[in-house]
Amino acid sequence: MLKASRQLVVAHGVVQLGNTKSACRYIQRLTNAPVAFGASFSTSTTSTFGRGFGHRGVTGLISSRSRQPLLSTWSSRGSRTQMRTVTLAACPEAQPPTPETSFDVIVVGGGHAGSEACAAAARTGAKTLLLTQKLDTIGEMSCNPSFGGVGKGVLVREIDALDGLCGRISDLAGVQFRILNRSKGPAVHGPRAQIDRKLYKQHMQKILHEYSNLTIKAGSVSDIVLAADILPPSTSFAPEQSSRVQGEIKGIKLESGEVIYAPKVVITTGTFLKGEIHIGLEAYPAGRINEEASVGLSDSLAQAGFQLSRLKTGTPPRLNGKTIDYTELTPQYGDMPPSPFSYLNKEVPNAHRQLICYQTSTNSRTHEVIRNNLHKSIHIRETVRGPRYCPSIESKIMRFAAKEAHTIWLEPEGYDTDVVYPNGISMTLPEKEQIEMIRTVKGLENVEVLRCGYGVEYDYVDPRELQRTLETHRIRGLYLAGQINGTTGYEEAAAQGILAGVNAGLAAQSKSPLILTRADAYIGVLVDDLITKGVEEPYRIFTSRSEYRLTLRADNADLRLTRKGYEAGCISDYRWKMFQETERDMERGMEMMNNFTLSPPKWTELGLGRSDDGIKRSALEMLGFPNIKIEHFHKAIPELKEIDLAIQEKIEIEGQYAVYLRRQGAEVTAFMRDEAMEIPANLDYSIVPNLSNETRSKLIKHRPATLGAAKRIEGMTPSSIVELLKYVQRTRQPSTTLTGENIRPGSRKDRIRQRLFAKQF
Amino acid sequence: IGKIVTGIVKAVVVLVTIIIIVLINAFILVVAVAAAVAVAFVKTAVGCGRTIAIVTITVIVTVNIEASTIAAAAVGTTTSTTTSPATIAADAPAIASTPVVVPVSMSSATGTTCLARYYAHQAKPKSALDYREPVLRYTESHLDTIYALSTHPGKAGVAVIRVSGPHAKQHDVSWSGTSKTTICGESEATVSIEWRALGQRNGDMVSRAFENDKFDLTEIEGLADLLNAETEAQRRLALRQADGGLRLLYDNWRTELIKSMALVEALIDFGEDENIEDDVYDTVIEKVTDLYRDIKRHTEDDRCGEILRDGIQVTILGPPNAGKSSFLNFITKRQAAIVSPIPGTTRDIVEVSLDVGGYPIIIGDTAGLRSSTDVIEMEGVRRAQDRIQTADINIAILPVTDFLSPQSEGHKLEANAISNTGVDPVVLNAIRKNPKTMVLINKMDLFDKDGNDQEMAMAKIRESLWPEFDQVSQDTKDLTITGNIDSKVDHRLWAISCEKGEGISGFLKDLVVSLKDRFNSSLVGGSSITQYRHRKHLENCLQSLEAFMDLGADDVVLGAEELRHAASDLGRITGRVDVEDVLDVVFREFCIGK
Repeated sequence: MLKASRQLVVAHGVVQLGNTKSACRYIQRLTNAPVAFGASFSTSTTSTFGRGFGHRGVTGLISSRSRQPLLSTWSSRGSRTQMRTVTLAACPEAQPPTPETSFDVIVVGGGHAGSEACAAAARTGAKTLLLTQKLDTIGEMSCNPSFGGVGKGVLVREIDALDGLCGRISDLAGVQFRILNRSKGPAVHGPRAQIDRKLYKQHMQKILHEYSNLTIKAGSVSDIVLAADILPPSTSFAPEQSSRVQGEIKGIKLESGEVIYAPKVVITTGTFLKGEIHIGLEAYPAGRINEEASVGLSDSLAQAGFQLSRLKTGTPPRLNGKTIDYTELTPQYGDMPPSPFSYLNKEVPNAHRQLICYQTSTNSRTHEVIRNNLHKSIHIRETVRGPRYCPSIESKIMRFAAKEAHTIWLEPEGYDTDVVYPNGISMTLPEKEQIEMIRTVKGLENVEVLRCGYGVEYDYVDPRELQRTLETHRIRGLYLAGQINGTTGYEEAAAQGILAGVNAGLAAQSKSPLILTRADAYIGVLVDDLITKGVEEPYRIFTSRSEYRLTLRADNADLRLTRKGYEAGCISDYRWKMFQETERDMERGMEMMNNFTLSPPKWTELGLGRSDDGIKRSALEMLGFPNIKIEHFHKAIPELKEIDLAIQEKIEIEGQYAVYLRRQGAEVTAFMRDEAMEIPANLDYSIVPNLSNETRSKLIKHRPATLGAAKRIEGMTPSSIVELLKYVQRTRQPSTTLTGENIRPGSRKDRIRQRLFAKQF
Repeated sequence: IGKIVTGIVKAVVVLVTIIIIVLINAFILVVAVAAAVAVAFVKTAVGCGRTIAIVTITVIVTVNIEASTIAAAAVGTTTSTTTSPATIAADAPAIASTPVVVPVSMSSATGTTCLARYYAHQAKPKSALDYREPVLRYTESHLDTIYALSTHPGKAGVAVIRVSGPHAKQHDVSWSGTSKTTICGESEATVSIEWRALGQRNGDMVSRAFENDKFDLTEIEGLADLLNAETEAQRRLALRQADGGLRLLYDNWRTELIKSMALVEALIDFGEDENIEDDVYDTVIEKVTDLYRDIKRHTEDDRCGEILRDGIQVTILGPPNAGKSSFLNFITKRQAAIVSPIPGTTRDIVEVSLDVGGYPIIIGDTAGLRSSTDVIEMEGVRRAQDRIQTADINIAILPVTDFLSPQSEGHKLEANAISNTGVDPVVLNAIRKNPKTMVLINKMDLFDKDGNDQEMAMAKIRESLWPEFDQVSQDTKDLTITGNIDSKVDHRLWAISCEKGEGISGFLKDLVVSLKDRFNSSLVGGSSITQYRHRKHLENCLQSLEAFMDLGADDVVLGAEELRHAASDLGRITGRVDVEDVLDVVFREFCIGK
């Protein structure tokens, strides 16, 4: 029995172990650890090894029909066996959970995703632990010293609307504030701020240390700890098509061996998963410069069956500002008055001492130096995908050979530092060549390079493994957020962090999740793109990614999201009070503008001349005409002046886009209809009739949560969608047998029922 | 006697088969089976062994057809001549030796239509259940070679059986067909069988094509049209589309639109940091204007493609008792409409589908146009007027007597006696309103045939119908009574006699010529819109493009919004325009990288 079973295990088969004793012995052999013949097995008649996870010929979970939790951990670090499966009793270090070692939510990683996630989880009322390698790097801005931008700025506002941190902290730490795209209409305004790195980190750490429900702990995570009592033995057909849930998280294991328990774990390890730094021809493992990569976790995830791939990114050298000659460079000033990110702030502390950025550019000599040294970089020679929109200077020169100059922005990193960040020239040449190249640039002839640029290559998890809450399909209670999902950028990371944190916190307390759709927020767009399309290059948000750009604006993020967040339970009282005021004012203002209706001649009297077409128009409708601003109505509607300026601006934008917003509203309705059509998570696609093999395999891979998501999968044909819709509608009927007995979804009877339905088509 | 005995034995076998079928197959009407049984008996009694085989097949085949057609089919068999059975009997042994057996026979309402059923290899039907689905789905190797009747049952004059799969070519010889790489992406033998065939269509071909990823939406629609094609012209049109003629055109537009979108999106998302020049937007406006012009031109094609696909609507109009119904009956060669000497016999519109020189025509006989107190007749006249409005081609039939004063007598057609006073003004109006109306002067048999006189009389009638075009006819002078006229002349006249059947074939020939003039461009030249769906989306797309051009360079974001709408409509024809398509172009065209 044992011999046979071992072979079968390797072959990813389903193994039935005859009795408890043999099961234990088998585990013992596998793990080299004593297994207690204790309570956990006493009631089980059969234990079944689940099928394999597809990697390196090892199996995954042990499940026991007795529903007694078996604890299994994966660890591969340097061990001969790829997998060790241990029961709780066999894990000597594993102390039973105590109040000190058990939490509702554990967040691993203290970057932008991690800090938002832990704060969000804590806000929902969950007892949260933030685990980070170094306490000092919480809130570190590892690349460019700025927050926001076109599209990204809207993300920051949305995070703020959900009571997140990064907007508020950026306001505190910002050294220059600008609204990008001012000339192009409010729908695409992009608030951006240059940030003082040190200030940002300080403020972030301060806030997190004071956050209620949140504990912060330094420690390196070596593994995730799983319970495996949920799977019924997988039966004969189509294993990969049945429900993908294969385990449930129980906590994490630290390098020290300590196990910390929590039903929900959010992993936000950024570029640290098997991170590898490239400078010139050198490559060594590291997450960020001078920080250790995490290898074990990556292997654990791979063993759990997650699809891991490599991505790369880079960062430019850092310069000494004192050695830069600014005299001939074009300065760029901040806005005055600056617009803060956070809806809680009316102004920013550094408004009157904003720093200046400078613009310079590469030239033909620069390009020559780079071209001559291309062979000295392993980063660019590799096939790993880097971002197309933020390429290294090397790839810019290779891909756009005809372009004679590339812009470089010289951005100060803060008040009490001379470090300057040259935005636009991330590179991986050897140090000597970097210096040579940089000194060809105007203004940088004598510059001192403080730290040279480098490239990072890292593992990311195929985000199609995720649900809309950023929980993995595979392991219940495990959430992934940030760069680990293949995104790039602080804002994208923070956006995922807050969503994962809120949902982990809510789920830990058995509350219903916060789901953001494409029509709700850029966060929704981001998540939906990730989970339906996956990524091929580091993913960054653009306004063009949103179909509802006119609706999803930087100015109205609070009106779109704060109420939703409050209902879900992640908004603090202070913000809620502020928001209610805003909402009231907004309603009042809109009402005023809507009710103030005049005929064209009357409008002409007020100086808002229009040709007389005899149609009476409200003040709000008048805003739809070009060059009419809300100030023009102050005389006619004096009460308008009492309303806060920021809200007046919102009203003006609503009026300006009114016609388009109505059309978009209709589109959103249609979209929501598709989104409301949920597809059962355990749908057996193999028996949905008339699907082509191609679409079938795509559906199996993506497991779209809704019909809308199915439609968005690349390569889906309209006919497949129709078939899917027909099938889902038919099979939706209540599951009962002829005798009226209920059928459990996913059970054998259920599958037979689905097959019968399939035949009827 | 021996013959009769074997006949009876065979009849019993047939009966048993039928009973089994009836027991298992719930879809068959007992009535239909009874009819088939009756047929079987009739044939057996005649004692023709060969026919029995046919009838057996007929019965089996009827199982697959909806109940309503069964009765008709059975009736058809009884009335059919022996020609079709003979064909089958001759061919059956040869076919039986090939892997594919093709027993064929059937009659339909129109006469000698046969019915084709195909069996995979030597596979005998296991049970009647097998018949419910097309039998010829898979060979023994199960998924390799598939067979299906490609033509629409009951519609197609020529049955095309597609054989697709690795072994398709094997059947070449026995089928004397041609083979080529196919829609399904596998080698295929297309076999034309000159039997008029009825059969079942199944989705194997299309779904196989899906699996092999060989189709886009327009091509599938083209294929659907092909399968439904009733006439040669429709077939050619559908083939063009299935070949991807439309796809090329639409894809081209799609690419252009994506390029424009990419420029605008680049301006919005990266304009600030990357110093993308402002004249980019002017380029976009130029591009969009060109695109607008192209699409507009495409949609302004007089709907030729759609008309051809759906059938050309032809209306027969004229005063009561002009011989409209006789004309219809003559060209359809059957008593489609009731004919009587009583004016106003036809009330409702009688529609018949015809294949005229390869063009699909739906010809409608209408009530005679006149004022009447009869409520029903007036409703008929109203319907006639409606149909005249919407028809693609109108044929007016006027009795020659209407042009003669009541006192003129004898058998000679006096040109001088002709005037239009006898023509009902309603009819005259209907004719004059549409310059393309073809006018047939009926009842020419009332007069002696004298070429010269008739010619002059026709010229006179012509003149009286369209006095203002008098001059034109004088100049061209090539008007003949057979209607063999210069195509430059708009107004045509044909002298016919429905009674004797004279002049009608000449008219039909000319009709084909004019159909060719009108519709051939959509068969040969650029692709034409064949689906209403396409037209609708293209029109919406045009609207959005127009809105974009109206916006000018004032608001880039709203402009982008309109382009997105345009792309979404175009995408419904060619496949969705995804943001990734746009971003691909953005990153190819611009060096973006802050």
